[in-house]
Amino acid sequence: MNQKIIVGAHYGFRDWLGQRVTAVLMAFYTVLLLAVLLVQKPAHYLGWYGVFSSWWMKVATLTFLLCLFYHAWVGMRDIWMDYVKPTGVRLCLQVGTLVWLVACGMWALKIFL
Amino acid sequence: MSSTLTKAPIRPRPKHLDLTKIRLPLPGWVSIMHRVSGAALFVSLPGLLWLLDKSLSTEIGYDWLRGFFTLWWVKLAMFGLLWGYLHHFCAGIRYLFLDMHIGVDLPAARMSAAAVYFISIPLALLAGWRLFV
Repeated sequence: MNQKIIVGAHYGFRDWLGQRVTAVLMAFYTVLLLAVLLVQKPAHYLGWYGVFSSWWMKVATLTFLLCLFYHAWVGMRDIWMDYVKPTGVRLCLQVGTLVWLVACGMWALKIFL
Repeated sequence: MSSTLTKAPIRPRPKHLDLTKIRLPLPGWVSIMHRVSGAALFVSLPGLLWLLDKSLSTEIGYDWLRGFFTLWWVKLAMFGLLWGYLHHFCAGIRYLFLDMHIGVDLPAARMSAAAVYFISIPLALLAGWRLFV
């Protein structure tokens, strides 16, 4: 009997793939940021501010952060699904995780928009 | 007909669910540390966003953070998070290759698990050296 669980993973390929695509994008950003920091060597406020002031760095950083929040959602949901069995508790934890990540997303938008 | 469907005798299988008795192989350590580091980074997200926001918003905030980063427990926390990020990064790249069915056989998987530590720990120590020295 293939009984679907309401707090399951929606049995799709999408989240699994999405987690890996965001991982690759974040890995590229990590290397990019390291390269920018090594070239510009910011030593004071203006230098540090300058690192994130160009439009492409803002776009890249915001994209990285939004990827991070989606990636973390899939990862945390996997953790809850592996270790927390009661449906009600798991649902609360999943909702809490979503609220946490959406709030982080709002903050990221506030910083870079 | 039913006589051909004789069941194999049920033998008790060894179960070592006592965590103190399980000897986790190296790929297992990479795996659980991937989880733990990911969860730790998830919990730390608001703190890290706060650092980013404060450091970019005003020069006063930036200078205040420079002082904040001289505190030993802040350095220790940052070192822990950097190590977590580096481990998650290296182990994650290993998983991407495993997903593409590259290095799936046991010797290769053990080798790449060791490589995760050989790369992430020196990088973390380098980051720690930059933080503390």
